[in-house]
Amino acid sequence: MGPLVPFIVSEEFSLVLAFFLGIGFGFILEQAGFSSTKKLVGLFYGYDFTVLRVFFTAGVTAMAGVLLLGHYGLLDTSVIYVNPAFIKAAILGGVIMGAGFIIGGFCPGTSVCALAIGKLDALAFVFGSVLGVWGFIESFPLIENIYNANNLGQLRISEYLGMSDVAFGFLLALIAVAAFVATWFIENRVNRRKPDLHPFQRNRYALAAASLFVVLAIVAFLPGKQDVINMRIAEAKRQQSCVFKEIAADNLAQEIVNNYYTLNIIDVRTPEEFEEYHLPMAINIPFEQIMERQYEPIFRQRLKTNIFYADSDTLVRMACLKAKYIGKSENMILRESTHEFREMFTNLEHPAADVSKAEHETYHFRSSAVQKMDDLVNALKNIGAPVKREVITVKGGC
Amino acid sequence: MKPKPYMNPYLAGFLLGLVLLATIYISGRGLGASGAFKSVVIATVEEVAPRHAENTAFYTDFAAENPGGPWKNFLVFEVIGVLVGAFFSGVLANRTGLKLEKGPRVTNTVRVAGAILGGALFGYGSQLGRGCTSGAALSGMAVLSLGGILTMLAIFGGAYALAYFFRKLWLK
Repeated sequence: MGPLVPFIVSEEFSLVLAFFLGIGFGFILEQAGFSSTKKLVGLFYGYDFTVLRVFFTAGVTAMAGVLLLGHYGLLDTSVIYVNPAFIKAAILGGVIMGAGFIIGGFCPGTSVCALAIGKLDALAFVFGSVLGVWGFIESFPLIENIYNANNLGQLRISEYLGMSDVAFGFLLALIAVAAFVATWFIENRVNRRKPDLHPFQRNRYALAAASLFVVLAIVAFLPGKQDVINMRIAEAKRQQSCVFKEIAADNLAQEIVNNYYTLNIIDVRTPEEFEEYHLPMAINIPFEQIMERQYEPIFRQRLKTNIFYADSDTLVRMACLKAKYIGKSENMILRESTHEFREMFTNLEHPAADVSKAEHETYHFRSSAVQKMDDLVNALKNIGAPVKREVITVKGGC
Repeated sequence: MKPKPYMNPYLAGFLLGLVLLATIYISGRGLGASGAFKSVVIATVEEVAPRHAENTAFYTDFAAENPGGPWKNFLVFEVIGVLVGAFFSGVLANRTGLKLEKGPRVTNTVRVAGAILGGALFGYGSQLGRGCTSGAALSGMAVLSLGGILTMLAIFGGAYALAYFFRKLWLK
């Protein structure tokens, strides 16, 4: 599941990949003609809209791809870097960049491309950019207020407009296609050309645009990974086809005392309830968060048995079912609820003298188990806690 | 030999989109360019004027945030790749060679001065706007970032608004 950095690909190795991704980036920019300043500024005088076509197509393609990967659970879109919205700085910086674009004829990426094939004006532009960045750094204290003003955080435009991501995706795709058609007419008029598009070419463009909308429609209307899991769980529940391995409280206590290291005891209640009382050695994974990426290793490993418990029978079964769809670990549920476990072990009362021998034995077993479990918890209070995998939000920056 | 024609812009855009998507899938963030320029500046200042770098908050903050130093940066390696990839493409298409490209009515001096001034503005703006056309506008569009899309509109809006005043630089 992406992004691959930092859990699957290390930060160091990502630099190597960055080099190869850069090769792809540079190669395509150059192939598209972005190494020519005349082609770039053509956008602003209406005689060549290549920049808009390449730029918009790339943006829309990547956007649709991100939505599609996110929909099928291949990319965790909650951690990818979304450029933060500092309204004032974004607009002011953008206008300054626009001025730089029309005066210098390049933008940083394209100037690097042009420099690579020997354009001397690009060399001058790169030199100027370095000066500009330096000027910014040195004058930073003066503009720090503007730089940090109006921070809306990592806000998506879809959230800002109150629509779903895919709805905005449709809107953006429509804008892109409309812009492609409109600029084609403008370009022909400015260059005094007759509009001429081969039917074969036209059909191919139509097909490409249609496939974009098909991808967006898949995201919008077909069930994603989460939906499929939920549907399967609902289906399994309806048919009652799922068998849960159960473990009784006494057996669990016995296991904890003797084999605590082969168990993950997982409390799926809320953190507050967990804080109030939880089983010895238990960890807390609230039910709502069970699908989160940080807990995945627990449900994928095959060394320990996961034992779920909660107050309600339904909740614990749902949690166990979800875990089954995440990974291949062995999962069991505690037959008793939290309250029952607590009654049985923590609130022990010495039995009356006239009860059966079996009940006396149970009492002795439980009271010694409680003692041993307490000892264990005390002895292991530092190493017993799971290593907390921080949810890393990717740092970006240009 | 004559240079080969450019790639179909929509095909180029589609491929560029796939590269961007791969970058997001691997690293969790998009492409960029001006970040590498920042690394160049910071590394240079730290080398040439270490005293100044130690006494200026911006440099010390950057050093604290980037313990690996300014060179150990995704965008630096990516931009080195851009140089290699663009050169490769230029060679394949017979477009390499030292050349100063300019509008038909300007002298070489004007073009170079314009490029330096434009570069300086772009460099300044890219730091203020937290990204350039690739880092903020293109990558921002891919992840539907409000900030990125605003920056994009401001860049192209600004350039369109000023295009008339600088037409002598580019048009006949």
